[in-house]
Amino acid sequence: MDTETQILIRLFRQMLRVRTFEERVGELFLKGGTAGSMLHLSIGEESAAVGVGEAMHSGDGFTTHHRGHGIFLARGADPKKMMAEIGGKEDGYCRGKGGSMHIADNDLGHLGANAIVGGGISHVVGAGLSYQYLGKDQAAVAFFGDGAMQQGGLYESMNLAALWKLPVMFVCINNEYGMGTRLDRASASLEFAKRAETFGVNGLEIDGLDVTQVYHKAQKLMERVRNGSPAFLKVNCYRFHGHARKDKSHYREDSEEQKGREKDSILHLENQLIEGSLVTTENLEQIKLEIDNEMDEAMEYALNSTEPESIQRFQDVYAPGSPEPLPVDERIRQALNP
Amino acid sequence: MALQESMREDSTIILMGEDVGLYGGAYGVTKGMIEEFGEKRILDTPISEEGIVGCAVGSAMTGLRPVVELMYVDFVMLAMDQLANQAAKIRYMFGGQISVPMVMRAQGGTGRSGAAQHSQSLEAWMMHTPGLNLAMPATVTDAYVLLKHALKLSDPVVFLEHKMLYTLKGELNKDDSLSWGQAAILRSGSDFTLITYSRMVHRALEAAERLTKLGIQAEVIDLRTLYPLDTETINSSVKKTGRALVVTEDCLTAGVSAELSARIMEGAFEFLEEPVLRLAGEDIPIPVSPSLEKEAVPSVDRIFSTAKLLLRK
Repeated sequence: MDTETQILIRLFRQMLRVRTFEERVGELFLKGGTAGSMLHLSIGEESAAVGVGEAMHSGDGFTTHHRGHGIFLARGADPKKMMAEIGGKEDGYCRGKGGSMHIADNDLGHLGANAIVGGGISHVVGAGLSYQYLGKDQAAVAFFGDGAMQQGGLYESMNLAALWKLPVMFVCINNEYGMGTRLDRASASLEFAKRAETFGVNGLEIDGLDVTQVYHKAQKLMERVRNGSPAFLKVNCYRFHGHARKDKSHYREDSEEQKGREKDSILHLENQLIEGSLVTTENLEQIKLEIDNEMDEAMEYALNSTEPESIQRFQDVYAPGSPEPLPVDERIRQALNP
Repeated sequence: MALQESMREDSTIILMGEDVGLYGGAYGVTKGMIEEFGEKRILDTPISEEGIVGCAVGSAMTGLRPVVELMYVDFVMLAMDQLANQAAKIRYMFGGQISVPMVMRAQGGTGRSGAAQHSQSLEAWMMHTPGLNLAMPATVTDAYVLLKHALKLSDPVVFLEHKMLYTLKGELNKDDSLSWGQAAILRSGSDFTLITYSRMVHRALEAAERLTKLGIQAEVIDLRTLYPLDTETINSSVKKTGRALVVTEDCLTAGVSAELSARIMEGAFEFLEEPVLRLAGEDIPIPVSPSLEKEAVPSVDRIFSTAKLLLRK
């Protein structure tokens, strides 16, 4: 098998892992195994997460948004620990304190998923500043949705990154919707790459249907980024499902949804692999089976993981060794029993 | 000076903010620093409060120890998401994995006819946000030792200076033995406890001095930090004196004075001979007129007269 085919298969496998993971999150929710229903699935956006994620290097920092499961998986996350965190369990990445919207892992460079739209973008500017100042050969990538394109902080961040020539990449995963508001109802101009260019940031817009395009373009941009020339990449996708688990997408036509779902980067690559005789159907079935098993195990792991102990709610507000917050009950006890 | 010394000792400390470099800071606090440390460590930033505080958060997460300066604390609203939703919560949300060792410096308070958007005292907001440390120095020594300590902590510190204290002269005691989070008893007295911080410390001391002529001995406590809050020192004093007057420049309603009086009520209720009195900023925006501005916050005269009321004299 040549290198290019190996890359294609890896991209396929990673995208399918993302989708299967997200499907299992949906199942976990139905089984009552998730902490709440604020679960934002990235089904339909796999090529952005995987295409860019694979173009990054080990050690690169990144922040994500509320729809960031796929990106973290693409950067090497353990689906078991992710699923446990989504369940608010002790064995999760953040010991059950962050959940789906605040998952992070310092070792993998994940500087945090953020539930404030655009909230984590300036953190990669800071990470870029650290890498530059400390002389490290690392870059930092901010992933966010099209909703963040209308947040002012993004433009402050672009300006700083360009001004200080930081190794920073801004990646907008355009899924067409900010919750229920379609992008053309939120932004008069849709030429986002041009916006970036006006800040001195290399801007590029691509179709997310073909993950290999995303991957190769992202790789090229990342090379420039590492040399202190920040970049912006907009990947056009479609959000196959509602905003969060309880959203039935009443604000859009079924016909639109059907058409949107045709933009399926996984199916696109699968066809490419089969038509080019790069893999056999059996090979693909084997990959699917492996991934199914992996994600089933992750779901089981989350369901069987323990809840954090009650006392942990007071831990990690401040660094170890600092005084912990005084529980309300303790304040009441002290007031009544001086 | 504390910042310069710390920067010489720790090469991961950088300073960023609007006009902190070539200009030397709006109040001259960082004068000469760009000459000593260079542009890599003293970063003049654009006027982008959210962006620069967010940038400080990100750099603190990845190995630096940034000091980010807001020219006026009033501008923190533009960066409040980065301070309260991000910096303060990152350690907790991420299960203790990632620290945010940053210091956000700003100055606030009345006294220069800065009007409603350049004169506020917003410490209650910071105190209301779990995850932040909050230092409010009143003396030269406190400014020095607290900043030095802040630059060793692993959590975000909001360091609020008072604009009217920049010209204050005082003796620096580098070997001050008070620890981080410990209040200072600046004056011992047996008749009532006067609890305050930042610039109001000086007004409280002046009022206390005048009260001695009436035979009233005030115990004056300078809190130094509002988080951690030294409830123990406050309450041991109130248990001794039986009376408490809280003086703050921030406005009254849901202000720092409300929390302090609740702590005293919880910790020293049985010892109180009078209700805890709160002398705070009026519940108004700060007006520009010098005469109106003066009356918006506690004066020495009002501390003096309120203390007399408390003592029923």
